[in-house]
Amino acid sequence: MTEITEVPSPFCGIGTDDLSIQVDGVSLKVTANGCAVNTPLFEHAITDTRPRVDGKEASLEAAVAKAADLLKGTKLPVIGGCATDVNGMRGLLALADRCGAVVDNMNFVGARNNFLALQDSGWMNTTLAEVKNRCDLLLVVGTDLEAFAPRFFERYLWTEAMFLEDTSQRQVIYLGKAPSGVASTSPNGTKAHVLECATVDLPEVMAVLRALVKKQPIRAESVAGIAVADLQAIADQLKAAKYGVVTWAAGALAYSQAELTVQMLSEMVKDLNDQNVRCSGLPLAGKEGDQTANQVCGWTTGYPARTRFSRGYPEYDPFLNDTRELLASGEADTLVWVQAFNPVSVPPVTDLPTIVVGRSGMTFTKEPDVFIPVGTPGIDHAGHAYRMDNVVAIRLKKLRDSGLPSTADVLNAIERQCRLG
Amino acid sequence: MLIKLSGGTVYDPAAGIAGQQQDIYIGNGRIINPPADAKPDKEYDLKGKVVMSGAIDMHTHIGGGKGNIARTLLPEDHRQDPVASTHICRSGCGHAMPSTFVTGYRYAEMGYTAGFEPALLPINARQAHMEMGDIPILDKGGYVMLGSDDYLLRMLTAKKDQKAINDYVAWTIQSAKAIGIKVVNPGGINAFKFNQRKLDLDEQNSHYGVSPREILQVLATAVKEIGVSHPLHVHGCNLGVPGNMQTTLDTIQGIGGLPMHLTHIQFHSYGTEGDFKFSSGAAQIAEAVNKNKNITIDVGQILFGQTVTASGDSMRQHANHKHASPNKWVTMDIECDAGCGVVPFKYKDQNFVNALQWAIGLETFLLVDDPWRIFLTTDHPNGAPFTCYPHLIRLLMDKSFRNDMLATIHPEAQKMTTLASIDREYSLQEIAIMTRAGAAKLIGLKDRGGLSAGNWADITVYTDNPNREQMFEKPDYVFKDGELVVVDGKVVATKWGTTHTVKPDFDPSVEKGLKEYFDRYLTMKLGNFKISDEEITEDGRGSITVHPLKG
Repeated sequence: MTEITEVPSPFCGIGTDDLSIQVDGVSLKVTANGCAVNTPLFEHAITDTRPRVDGKEASLEAAVAKAADLLKGTKLPVIGGCATDVNGMRGLLALADRCGAVVDNMNFVGARNNFLALQDSGWMNTTLAEVKNRCDLLLVVGTDLEAFAPRFFERYLWTEAMFLEDTSQRQVIYLGKAPSGVASTSPNGTKAHVLECATVDLPEVMAVLRALVKKQPIRAESVAGIAVADLQAIADQLKAAKYGVVTWAAGALAYSQAELTVQMLSEMVKDLNDQNVRCSGLPLAGKEGDQTANQVCGWTTGYPARTRFSRGYPEYDPFLNDTRELLASGEADTLVWVQAFNPVSVPPVTDLPTIVVGRSGMTFTKEPDVFIPVGTPGIDHAGHAYRMDNVVAIRLKKLRDSGLPSTADVLNAIERQCRLG
Repeated sequence: MLIKLSGGTVYDPAAGIAGQQQDIYIGNGRIINPPADAKPDKEYDLKGKVVMSGAIDMHTHIGGGKGNIARTLLPEDHRQDPVASTHICRSGCGHAMPSTFVTGYRYAEMGYTAGFEPALLPINARQAHMEMGDIPILDKGGYVMLGSDDYLLRMLTAKKDQKAINDYVAWTIQSAKAIGIKVVNPGGINAFKFNQRKLDLDEQNSHYGVSPREILQVLATAVKEIGVSHPLHVHGCNLGVPGNMQTTLDTIQGIGGLPMHLTHIQFHSYGTEGDFKFSSGAAQIAEAVNKNKNITIDVGQILFGQTVTASGDSMRQHANHKHASPNKWVTMDIECDAGCGVVPFKYKDQNFVNALQWAIGLETFLLVDDPWRIFLTTDHPNGAPFTCYPHLIRLLMDKSFRNDMLATIHPEAQKMTTLASIDREYSLQEIAIMTRAGAAKLIGLKDRGGLSAGNWADITVYTDNPNREQMFEKPDYVFKDGELVVVDGKVVATKWGTTHTVKPDFDPSVEKGLKEYFDRYLTMKLGNFKISDEEITEDGRGSITVHPLKG
């Protein structure tokens, strides 16, 4: 039995890298700095160790050969999930390029809210160390931050900072959704200021807040149940802050055309900076390799991870290249599901031939034609994953010898078979 | 396999050879002396062809987060230039900020065999190496950015001695797997986080009380004292600001004779004369460069058309966002380390400022005497995509073509440039110096950038053509480490290049202070920050080459 310290997590998205993990054979136990997101995903036991073809155990070679057979002659295979490390994504994109597939990250419907805003007008953002050391005002929009990342406040707010004498004086404001717990309460007992409204009303509320920041006259006295005077107070606080930060999780804005809300708040941040105030955005993401997928797809194709290769070159479409749409419309003819992080995240059920390259322990309502259990990056093999702020790639450690192949091993082998055959 | 390149006209400034007919032998990836008796396995008849070593781009943004932001920002640009896969090449996209694979192919197809990313943020170096790890054929490397990181600024405020700074600089180079040190808007990226909107050479960071001049001094000294060949690589203060010529001249004076490389100097060579209060400072800058032998420069030429600017200079990029075309842009504050700004630009020949920028860059090329101290860059993609290099070479080598182009730009800009009166035309040897031998010498690359025995066989063969653009955009052959990778301007085989680094020594006790700082203030453990060799080599296609230090 050994204990490994300073273990980075690919699961929570906020780049915690201070976990201690006890390794006993292939079983893991988080002994320090775990959380509700990370601990279960580290401790999940290995159950499947052998690939299956048509529900029967098979060798890795046979499973790879079968997968390549299924992909040969397909017109539009879809590679969904895309939840793996950098090398896994490299292999995935090589395979997609080889067989003219669609590549679609499973969190893209949420991420799309950000990409559409980014690609239309851009933004001014910051990263976690800047938040930790500079942020004196955090505005959380439409998101239950501690449910998203349980250790966010402990690691980045209620802790020592280079440029703030007393970090317990930092102000936290929630707009929209109220926090589910007390993580946002300052160590000095001050609770977060919460202005609640229905999530679907956020477009209206954000529009009024931005208008107030821009000193536009607002005739209404309240919007979606929030007094305009209270929003004016937030606008004033943003302007008075030395380093305000506005954060949101794109996936939590689960309503139609939420990209306009992201754009509204990003433009508000720009407006503040044009008024000689520093303020930055902080999009929350980084779960199960979503930033990794978009980064690697970004440098390999120029586009985020909702891109098809069916015409021989990459084509990005944030709506048409949606796995579920392509399955529903009958356009797709094979499904490949890649998910090395989360055994609960299984492919959508379909009658199409299905290949799953997934974390050991997945249970399927319908057994896929091929299931190849792979190691988890950061547990079974070393690798790289991006955290939420996109700039920082963390070096994942190998914690145990499970003998499971990596995503890259498997996808590269399938790609080789497709090339030869 | 023994390869013989027979009878080519060789331009090899590293060996003092200027257009002499010579045979070249290649064995085991390197250039070798003529073997006594061995019969070549393969011979290329190069009579009448021009032979140079593979070109080296010493400043090109090909790896790192800001480039990927630029890619993500511009799907409409990629759609104009889709690149399909072939049985040899991966698919991707081209134009302003090409995908990694296409970057490698297109550089190689112009005869380039190496490119250096000039702005490796320490915290983002891992990404830069991973992106460059997906660039085929080319060798690569990076200059790691310091000067706006809070750790260095705290050291300066605390009056730490030069030895302590040297240790930190050397440690950073090793941790980031870099080959040089760059500083971008010294202290300015940091000052922007404290809401300072400009920072002159002698203006103090409001929090630290440290000026850009002091930062340049200690970093240039550190680079020299730890023995790194490449001089401190400086993106100066006040990028793009009319009148910044004076800042640049003061920067040259202020460095007191220490080796210093001023990058994309075109963007730092502006006066304030004329009706539009914008004029060329190229003559004064060139004079200062000619006089001060410790100074090297690259130009950062702009060429007309759509591109995207991607810079670590968040302060100046924010100030320039109103010029964004299309109107969308990104800035980021990054990890108490640095920042970045991505602003799409469309340089127009009928825009007075853009037209004069174009002329200022060309004046600079033509007025600096010593081709060993000036380098051919567009600061890809900031001035123009690297694929414009053949056009730029023609502008330098062909006066009548240059003057034809000059006659088409904004008339007021034509009046404000001396370009028409400059007769100089670059020779093939001078082009070879700027893009090969000089670049290898400047970066400190051992066994690259030359064609004498012992060098790696990175070789480009062109058909001589009075139209230099056509000549340089389509080499007959390109060899990388002795393997034929391009024929007639098209990739015929791919391989992986190496990552060039240096490993300056430091006192291991430097990590004591760093560990405490990381634990207290940063979001990553020190041990998880340092990049290991395996991260570059473990997928089996990367390798690391460590170059010697200066004695």
